Amino acid sequence: MSVRHALLGLLSEGPKYGHQLRQEFEVRTGDVWPLNVGQVYTTLQRLERDGMVESADDGAEGAQKDFRITPSGERELLAWLRTPPDLTSPPRDELVIKVLVALALPGIDVRDVLQIHRRYLVELMQQWTRLKEDEAEFDLPLALVVDAELFRLDSVIRWLDAVDGRLKRASLETFEPDTSVPRLRRRLAVRR
Amino acid sequence: MSFLELQQVSKSYGEGQTEVHALSNITLSVDRGGLVAVMGPSGSGKSTLLTIAGSLEEPTEGEVLIDGQPLSSLSRNEKARLRRRTVGFVFQDFNLLAGLTAVENVSLPLELDGVGARRARVAGLQALEDLGLADRAGHFPDELSGGERQRVAIARAVVGDRHLVLADEPSGALDSTNGEAVMRMFLAACKRGLAAIVVTHDAQLASWADRVVFLRDGRIVDQTIPPPSPEALLQDVRNP
Repeated sequence: MSVRHALLGLLSEGPKYGHQLRQEFEVRTGDVWPLNVGQVYTTLQRLERDGMVESADDGAEGAQKDFRITPSGERELLAWLRTPPDLTSPPRDELVIKVLVALALPGIDVRDVLQIHRRYLVELMQQWTRLKEDEAEFDLPLALVVDAELFRLDSVIRWLDAVDGRLKRASLETFEPDTSVPRLRRRLAVRR
Repeated sequence: MSFLELQQVSKSYGEGQTEVHALSNITLSVDRGGLVAVMGPSGSGKSTLLTIAGSLEEPTEGEVLIDGQPLSSLSRNEKARLRRRTVGFVFQDFNLLAGLTAVENVSLPLELDGVGARRARVAGLQALEDLGLADRAGHFPDELSGGERQRVAIARAVVGDRHLVLADEPSGALDSTNGEAVMRMFLAACKRGLAAIVVTHDAQLASWADRVVFLRDGRIVDQTIPPPSPEALLQDVRNP
């Protein structure tokens, strides 16, 4: 997560000092991601070094020192908002690897393995949903963060369901993994 | 005490070589105020479980009890009365009657049960108002959005003195915001003391339930352990 750009975003509303930035960051992210004040100051120093923020030269020190965004910082913020994060390479997902290993091991009931993970994910989703039920109806940033987490977990469950479906269809055929060619990597030109 | 109990329920269709076991040895109970979700892929027996729980079908083996009363001890008429008075159904495709307005759809089960037209209408309007649809009472189904139609269907399922709601993919055709609204309504109904079962393949819907039961090939293979409070989750996120 880009603390750097989140701080630029907060400063684009007007000059702010370090403690205030920390507080506002936490509120705007639904209080889900904590940020220590040291992290805020280190980031502000780097932003200042790169010419994206400047501190008010009014003699105040530390916690009361005001920071403001520069035109170069504004440009950086707008460019960042419109730059998609790099999602081109499939992440090396531990769950995918577990399922592939389970599939290759004799004597393992893959559907039982899938169910263990499915239940765990649904239990996590129940907790996030409870949070939404209790608090998030009136707290938009929290609702957005909780939704993002729910959609992410949901997509993993859908993948598990898809594996289940494929296994069911393939159950009459013998599964023999082809280990000779790194097919996916070649076809998708996946970067390492 | 459990309001709905399925005791070792099995259901099969056909005989001999063509026999299909839709449900095998299902034991499940739902308390008043409890919301249970049943998850499973297509063909896992979810809908059959719901129709048997709601006395629309009879189990091949086992017993269903509603409010302590075994359904096998009831006559056809008694079961029909139980369905009208006690059980509300919500289906994916809403099943509203096109020729009736929203409030007429909602108050219909009460009128069928012998409640006077005026009283039924007052109760219907109240149920619609509870679901934020007071201003749509006079509209016909085709004048309502998908989300509104589903809310009318839920109002019809909870109107009067119902104690059990059975919902089959209740937000199947709705977007996620409307799906969430539907689940909030079920939760609110459960907080008033209703028992509810929602069958779905959608984990986001299921995660609103107190308990999620997983069905595979007609059997319950697993269920969630009641989640700890959400504060515990935030503690984990905040202090990894």
